[in-house]
Amino acid sequence: MDTPGNLKTSSSELDLDRPNIEDYLPSGSSIQEPIGKLRLRDLLDISPTLTEAAGAIVDDSFTRCFKSNPPEPWNWNVYLFPLWCCGVVIRYGILFPVRVLVLAIGWIIFLSSYIPVHLLLKGQDKLRKKIERSLVEVICMFFVASWTGVVKYHGPRPSRRPKQVFVANHTSMIDFIILEQMTPFAVIMQKHPGWVGLLQSTILESVGCIWFHRSEAKDREIVAKKLKDHVQGADNNPLLIFPEGTCVNNHYTVMFKKGAFELDSTVCPIAIKYNKIFVDAFWNSRKQSFTTHLLQLMTSWAVVCDVWYLEPQNLRPGETPIEFAERVRGIISARAGLKKVPWDGYLKYSRPSPKHRERKQQRFAESVLRSLEEK
Amino acid sequence: MGNTSSMLTQYDIEEVQQHCNHTFSQQEIVSLYQRFCQLDRNGCGFVPAEEFLSVPEFAVNPLSQRLLRMVDGLNFKEFVAFLSAFSPRAPLQHKIEFIFKVYDSDGNGKVTFSDMLDVLHDLTGQFVSEQQRKQVLTRVLEEAGYSKDSFLVLSDFVKILGNSDMKMEVEVPVD
Repeated sequence: MDTPGNLKTSSSELDLDRPNIEDYLPSGSSIQEPIGKLRLRDLLDISPTLTEAAGAIVDDSFTRCFKSNPPEPWNWNVYLFPLWCCGVVIRYGILFPVRVLVLAIGWIIFLSSYIPVHLLLKGQDKLRKKIERSLVEVICMFFVASWTGVVKYHGPRPSRRPKQVFVANHTSMIDFIILEQMTPFAVIMQKHPGWVGLLQSTILESVGCIWFHRSEAKDREIVAKKLKDHVQGADNNPLLIFPEGTCVNNHYTVMFKKGAFELDSTVCPIAIKYNKIFVDAFWNSRKQSFTTHLLQLMTSWAVVCDVWYLEPQNLRPGETPIEFAERVRGIISARAGLKKVPWDGYLKYSRPSPKHRERKQQRFAESVLRSLEEK
Repeated sequence: MGNTSSMLTQYDIEEVQQHCNHTFSQQEIVSLYQRFCQLDRNGCGFVPAEEFLSVPEFAVNPLSQRLLRMVDGLNFKEFVAFLSAFSPRAPLQHKIEFIFKVYDSDGNGKVTFSDMLDVLHDLTGQFVSEQQRKQVLTRVLEEAGYSKDSFLVLSDFVKILGNSDMKMEVEVPVD
């Protein structure tokens, strides 16, 4: 992962990936175009540009996407306070140890069967894959149980067939666990450090998951190729992609990367909406590690969420992959009740391209040049 | 328990309000404080330039570098005072002073030809040549009764911008 310290401007090659930001922002032309003759006042009056900058300092649609929203405090009066305290005792004193135990049992069961299967069934690849697949499902079930996941699945369960890609909005790594307990997906994910990374490279590799480093441009091509190969295979697990490329707080959706939409396959949208009644499921990776995030979930009453498997979509004739991605994003956002913002989630790790600034400059420059010709 | 905004006491809010000449309501100051804390991720009491640039809508602004120099290292009280020029309650004079300060980068109370040229450069970038910028600026200055060598002081700015229908207002979201 990129450290915040080495931020760089995204290269121009990436710019082609994005929908036009101006389409989304209010009042597209920010820099006032002087009407008629250019006067000194028109040149000196930089208030529209300043207003825009100050507006962004006060509030902006990008950081809103990545803001943790704590659950509303309900322990607001003296009578309820003791009850809340009881809740804390139960959650930390009883629920949490029980959940740790459940998770530990889960891991024991998983590892004691996974390791022998992995080592002994070397010859029979098909059988081994099948068992490993169900074992991954089992451990995910234990994970969901460890935060008392109350998950409602709507719509038909995904099936395994070639030439289809599942895309979902992304709130936390637990999205993956929640989806995985129903269907063994092969997922495309950022390579994580620590114990998560260890799991990724050992166990999840066996379900066909593909890892990449966000910061390495070289990885893009390799992953793109792997994706293409994966979708063609009939026996491969269905592919799951989180096209936002980063965790968003489940109130907004950021730009969908077009990669998943140019594989020449059917795209099956999945919408995930968490209910914040007990805990905020957004993993704010800048503020907490995944372990802290899991602990937070395990000490809450429950994780409540809805999962919708939506109507599969195909590229319409004449539609570009970017338009297709935007259309699918619209479908997911509408179902899960999320607001769309134009930003690329990767801006968390890099600066916006100078192109957007240049577009603003160009508009102003044109009016200056016009007045020059009028003379 | 409770709300994080309770970290600001009534006294604090009143002090800040006084500092910004009551251009913001108490509610707005609470909102601004939450925003300030959000931007000041490391809790060091000021917002580093790096954090402002991580707001893409700010980073793409042609004048962002210029404003960054003004806003870098401000504590909360100064931060509010900085933004007060954008309050609907701020008088026009205050807004014009702000604009003047943006131009007057060395802070000597005089805006020279090259100061104006620099801002114009930020606004037009590579789309206008330096030669053309100079030409345009010289012309409009002369038309307004100034020359290339004259420098503008605050009262000139008030005279030039004073009777325009400038709308320099930012709404602070209050929940």
